[in-house]
Order: sequence, then structure tokens, then C-alpha cells
Amino acid sequence: MLERGVVEGRVSEDLMRETLKTKEIWINMGPQHPSTHGVLRLVLALEGERIVDTEVVIGYLHRGMEKLAESLTYPQFLPYTDRLDYISSNAMNFGYVLAMEKLMGIEVPERAQYIRVMMAELTRISSHLVWLATHALDIGAMTVFLYCFRDREAILDLFEMVCGARLTTTYFRIGGVANDLPEGFIEQAREFCKVFPKKAKDYDDLILKNRMWLSRTVNVAKISAEDGLNLGLSGPSIRGSGVYWDIRKDEPYSNYDKLDWEIAVESGCDVYARYLVRLKEMRESCKIVSQCLDILEKTNGPVMGKVPKVIRPPEGEVYASVEAPKGELGFYIVSDGSPKPYRLKIRAPSFANLISLPVMIKGHLVADVIAAIGSIDVVLGEVDR
Amino acid sequence: MDEEKEKKGKEASKETPKREVPQEPQVDVETLPLVRRVKEAKGEFIDDVSYFRGEITFLVKREHILDVCRFLRDDSETSFDFLTEVIGVHYPQRDKPFEVVYHLYSTSKRHRVRLKVRLAEGEEVESVYPVWRSASWYEREAYDMVGIRFANHPGLKRILLPEDWEGHPLRKDYPLQGPEGYREEWLRSHCASTNKL
Amino acid sequence: MGQELVIAIIKMIVVFALALLVVAYLTYLERKIIGHMQLRLGPMRVGPHGLLQPIADGLKLFVKEDIVPREADKWTYYFAPVFDLVCALVLLAVIPFSYHFMVTRLNIGVLYILSIASVGSIAILLAGWASGSKYPILGGLRSAAQMFSYEIFLGFSIIGVLMISGSLDLVKIVEAQSRVWNIVYQPVAFVIYIIAALGELKRIPFDLPEAENELVAGHHTEYSGFKFAYFFLAEYAHMIIISCMAVILFLGGWKGPVLPGIVWFLIKICAFFYFFIWVRGTFPRYRYDQFMAIGWKIMLPVVLANIVATGVVMRLV
Repeated sequence: MLERGVVEGRVSEDLMRETLKTKEIWINMGPQHPSTHGVLRLVLALEGERIVDTEVVIGYLHRGMEKLAESLTYPQFLPYTDRLDYISSNAMNFGYVLAMEKLMGIEVPERAQYIRVMMAELTRISSHLVWLATHALDIGAMTVFLYCFRDREAILDLFEMVCGARLTTTYFRIGGVANDLPEGFIEQAREFCKVFPKKAKDYDDLILKNRMWLSRTVNVAKISAEDGLNLGLSGPSIRGSGVYWDIRKDEPYSNYDKLDWEIAVESGCDVYARYLVRLKEMRESCKIVSQCLDILEKTNGPVMGKVPKVIRPPEGEVYASVEAPKGELGFYIVSDGSPKPYRLKIRAPSFANLISLPVMIKGHLVADVIAAIGSIDVVLGEVDR
Repeated sequence: MDEEKEKKGKEASKETPKREVPQEPQVDVETLPLVRRVKEAKGEFIDDVSYFRGEITFLVKREHILDVCRFLRDDSETSFDFLTEVIGVHYPQRDKPFEVVYHLYSTSKRHRVRLKVRLAEGEEVESVYPVWRSASWYEREAYDMVGIRFANHPGLKRILLPEDWEGHPLRKDYPLQGPEGYREEWLRSHCASTNKL
Repeated sequence: MGQELVIAIIKMIVVFALALLVVAYLTYLERKIIGHMQLRLGPMRVGPHGLLQPIADGLKLFVKEDIVPREADKWTYYFAPVFDLVCALVLLAVIPFSYHFMVTRLNIGVLYILSIASVGSIAILLAGWASGSKYPILGGLRSAAQMFSYEIFLGFSIIGVLMISGSLDLVKIVEAQSRVWNIVYQPVAFVIYIIAALGELKRIPFDLPEAENELVAGHHTEYSGFKFAYFFLAEYAHMIIISCMAVILFLGGWKGPVLPGIVWFLIKICAFFYFFIWVRGTFPRYRYDQFMAIGWKIMLPVVLANIVATGVVMRLV
């Protein structure tokens, strides 16, 4: 599969020497570029407009989160997780609190579980909306961008109702959630669930069967299931290659096993398949949210489990992962029994998904790079941590 | 198994009166099918097996990690086709101060396992790149952050930090804000060079 | 003689001043229309409903720092935008806005427009090359390939019209449509013309030379201040020309009942502006190779077949 001189985002010396004397040009895409979704930098070797080689350069947004974590107490680190994938902060919180609860063996009350699932799914919708918006914008469909942001606004309003913040919510807590749902939330969320599928139709009308969209996405940046897994691709990106793997289903955490929903899988392996997967996921998430709302409306109860005042987990190490909107988000926590983590490693889905980018785009045109980056949906805050 | 007992002991001693730590259900690790299968096939390469919060950890002999990984991927009973991450951890007080942790997942069998390799200062571990190509980046990160060297890696260089960065920040002896004056010096030299442009 | 000269100069000034004003307000119109299509309002702050926005934009571009990249070829770098704008504006000289209102009547108006327009694309190639930067070079190359090939389809698509009207004089072409507009005789050619026009104008879905998401801004990535404004103006001036040509060739120019000719003419070109803006609000962008394939593999055979069919029908009738 891989050819001489190219190794996952790395360009070997001899290939570089060889290319320097030919008519290939090296072009620097990023770190400031309109469609690298942040400070991603790609060094592309082009022959005409065809990509011969790619080197992915990351780290421009590195904030040393894992080092910071070692000097903070466990609850103090929670707000930092929001800043990983800043457009789906609830999902990031979710991964961290799950790992902590696993480490400490904390029981989370039923109501909090449902609230968490609901918030995580709303986050997934909003994250996918941002993805669709930027992906479509990259391919030139500008109007979709604004339609998506219109609908995302409704979700952000819901977040604001619950915790006062719109983006970096820090709503989850180790052992539960910060507070119960405010009055009027359920009605508003229900309204959202009702209108969202109708609004989502707008995007389909614009691009789903648009010939130009199809010609830009079908058979572009293909990656087989085998290669994808081998290269660490997870989440919607690998489900676009026909792999039935969703952590919510396979290792159900929280209450996902009590809800009725389906994994979105497509077998096209290309940009269009990944697009369809995310479209379907948004609708499935909407289904999950309304089921949670049904339950939350009827029941009542505490939203916080029994958690000691000072969080001092037992010595040991755990790994817990959730299905974040971008893929498998995992937290590996090593505890030495003190109130601060000894070592905390974040398995960021965007980071892992980027590994396969050079393989996807090899031999394609510059325009396809944009489509490919869009289709794996990277957020640089998470890549660089 | 000694280690686990040790852990349990410490747990008990640190316990505050009002806190309840749920007891780990006693599981005999040796009876778990995965453990049995691995021990059967590659038992001589496994130093230790431990079990905590439902997670199985194998401590693998350093020289044989590639062999074990290849087995875990290819065997039909284990079939770990997905490398979740590679982590470097620094334990300065131990004899072998570095630990490389591999998390594996199987999308067909839906199970996970953790492998560990311990390294002394200056020791290298074989790269698992031939088994899972995603290791190329994960190992670069472990090298960048903790300074673990991977033999036969296709291009071991820094990934998140600038290429001329000194030191490995996730080592325990690395100060939170970097060595004294290093940051200022680095910024000064780098910003000066950009100003010249 | 002297009087004629004065009249000609006055006409020129009126046409160019109007053209520049229209160009400025076209940007406003585009932002407003696209804005409303996308659930937003567009410019609202400068003047009532943002009506002074284009003027503010122009002033802003005037006072902006003028940056010349170190690697740029200075003279070419300065020359390219001027050349581009001049090529666009001189085209307006032969456009008959009504039977009486035009700068000059040229008996080979169509040829003049096609030839000057193709010279204009050299300006973009020059701009891309002169910037001494990689994205502009790619943009310049793309646009050269795109504009040269789409000029062919544009030229071919109007041959049928020329055959029917039997003249290259724009006024005669309009006069020949007194009873029936050419679009009735030449619907296929009209569609091809519109597609080729979108390509020629470098607008979505064919805005590849300046696809901001791929090539940052294509040939004018390195341009700033007023040099950038020149490109901008030229682009919209081209839009006016293309719309005028479409109206003259296919939609009967200034012909129309009741209202005076010039009003009809303006109404028709406004419809075209709206169409171009609407397309931009709706479609994604083609990829470069696909775009070329559409041109050479679909449009060229169709347009050639159309010419043959027109010839055969004319012979029979």
C-alpha cells in the first residue's frame, strides 16, 4: 500500500532529494490556510496539481495539557478537557468523568446518566453541524454553512440554559452533572427535536444529490476498512468504510444500551460515505435526545452521586473511552493515590484520524485534500492538546 | 501478582473513614479466556498479568513486544486489529524508570487489553509499526513527550514540539514551565529570527 | 469634427463612470442578495441598509498598505492589475445600451469583445507569475487553462446567433431580433453560453483560479490595497460585459414594449446579475479536472453539433 519513501506523514530524505531536481513543487498548506480547520500544516509535493507526497506537521496549538494535568487536582483538570475539542466540549467532559468514575468506582445516579447522554448527543449534533458547515464551505457550498450555523445556534441556546456557557460548558462533574435541568429546558429541547429533522432537510436539498457535490466527494480520498483500522482511524470516519464499530453500542457506557438507536454505517469508503454517516448520525442522535427527554420528563431524582469532598482515587490505572463526535476519545489515568493524576494521557480521535490523511490523498488533486480534511473532521485543539 | 496486592494494601491504608471504595470483585485472572490464550501461546514472553477495574494488563518482555503484538493481531481468538494508543510513562524512582503502555482493541471481538513494557534508562524498544502503522505517530509522541526511543521506527522525530526543542516535558524531572530561562531563550532566539524576515 | 469628439468624450466618461458605479454597487447587491439567501442581512452599518458600504470599501482599499512581496517581479506585478482592469473597461466601448446610446459603433463588435477579453486573461496569468509565490502561480495556471478553453466554448456558442443575424455588428444583431429573440432559435447555444460565461467569469461553480479554500485567493493572493481593488473591479466589469453580451445576443438587447430601450436593457442585465449571484449561493465548486472535462467532453461536442444543426436548418429554410 505504501510506496517507497512515504511513511505516514513523513517524507524520506532520498525522495526529497529526488524531487528537488524534478519539476515538482512543494507547497505549504497551512498553518494559516482557510481550509485546514485551524493550524494544521501540510507540506504537499505536487506534480502539476497531483499530490505525490504529504507531510503533516502539527503541534502549533500544543498547550501541554498532559503536563498541566499532573499539577492539577482531578476536578481542576475537568475544565481543561473542554478545550480539547472545543466544539464538542460535553463529549470531552464525558470521557474524562467516565475514566474518573471507573477509577474511583463511583455510581452515577440514573437521572444524571440520562442527562449526560442527552447532552452528549446534542453535542454530537452540534459538532456534526459545524463539520457539515465547514466541509461544505470548503467544497464551495457557502449557503449550507450558514444554514448549519443557524441550527447549531439552537443547541448552543440549550447549553446556555443548562450551564450558562455556550461553548466550553464544563457541565459534567465527576459523579454526575453540575445541576439539574432548568425549567423550560425540556420543552425547548423537544421543540428542537421536532424541527431539527425538517431543517436538516435543507442541507439535503442543497447538496445530498447535487451532481457537483457528488463529483467532488464520490470516490475521493478512499480508504479501506483494513487500512483505516491499521492507521488508527475511528469514529464516523471508519464507519464510512463499512466497519460496524461504535463504542456506544459495542461497549455501552452510561445508558446507551437502554435506548433505541442504530449505528450509521456506509460502505463507500470515500468522502461521500463519511458524509452520509455523519448525516445519519445527526438524525440518530436526535432520536436519542428525544428518548432521553421522555424519560427525564417523567422521572426525578438526584443528579450527583456520592463523591468524596477531596477526590483521592485509589492507586491504579484505568482507560475509559467514549464515542466522541470525531471518534474514540480515551483517557488513560495513572493514579498514585494522591489528589493529582500521576500521568494522564488523552487519546484524541482527531490526532489518530490525521495519521491516515497522507494515505487518503496520495495521487489526488489539491482540491481533494480539502475534501479529505473535511471528511475526517479534525479539530486542532484536540490534535495538539 | 505481588504488585496488585501491594496496591490493595496502599488503598486500604489511605482510606478516609467516610469514603467507600467499592471492592473489586475477585477475579482469577488466569481463568479469563484471553489471558489463557495469550499465556498458552506466548507465556514465556509475559512477565506478569494484572487485572484492575475490568482491564487486563500484560507486562511483556521488552525484546519480544513486536512478537507478542503480531500474535495478538493475527491470532483469530485475540485479533486485536486496532492500536488505540502508545503511551510513555516516567517512574523515576524505579529501577527501570520508563514504561511504554499499549492499548489494543479488537473491532471484531470487542475486547481490550493493555500491554506494558519496562525500560531502563537508555534502553530501546522495538517499534510496533510493522503491526499497526498508526504506531508511527503514537510512538513519535511518546518519544517527543517522554523520550522513549523506538528501534526500527520509520522516522522517529518530534511531533508536537518544535524540532529543536530540548528535553522531554512529560518526564517527572522536567519542570512545569520548562527549565529555568529556557523558554525565554527559545522564544528570544526564534522570534528574533522571524523578525529578521 | 470637434463637436463629435466632445460628444464621444462625454459618452466615454458617462459610460465608464456609470460602469464603475454599477460595479461598486454590484458588490453591494451580491452581498445583500447572498445575505438574504443565507438567512442574514448583509451589510447594514454604513448608511441606510449599508448603502454606502461599497464606497467605504473603496476608501478602505485606497488607504490600505500597499505590499509588494520581496520575490515579486515589480514591474509585472504593478502592470498586471492595471492591464486587467483596462481590458475589462475598454470592452464597454462597443456595447450598445440602446439604439442611440453607445460610445462607438463597431461593425465587428463581437470580434472585438472576444479578442480583448482573451487578452485580459493574460493579465491574470501575469499576476500569478509576477507574485513570486506558489499559490498565485497555481491560480494563474488554472485560470489560464480555464479561460482559454472556455473562450472557445463561449465563441462557438455565439456562432449560431451570428449565422442567423448575418453580422458581427452588435446593433445589427439586436435589430435582427425585432420580432423573435435569438434565444428561441438558439436555446442550446444560450445554455452553453451561460455555462461558459460562468467559467469565463470565474464564479462558483467554476471559481477554481481563486478557490479560496484551495488556493487561498489564487492569482491575487499576494495583492493588497488598490491593486487588489483593480482585480475586483475588473471581475465585476467582466460580469457586466458578459451579461450585456447575453442580452444583446440572445435576449433582444434593448427591445421591449412600452418602456424605453435603455430601461429594458438594464432590466435584462439585472436578471443576469441575479442569476449569477443565485448560482453562487446554491452550488458547490467543481474540481479543476472535472471542470475541464465538462468543457472539452460535453460542451464542445454539443456546441459544434448546434452549429451544424443551425447551418442545416438555415439551408433548408
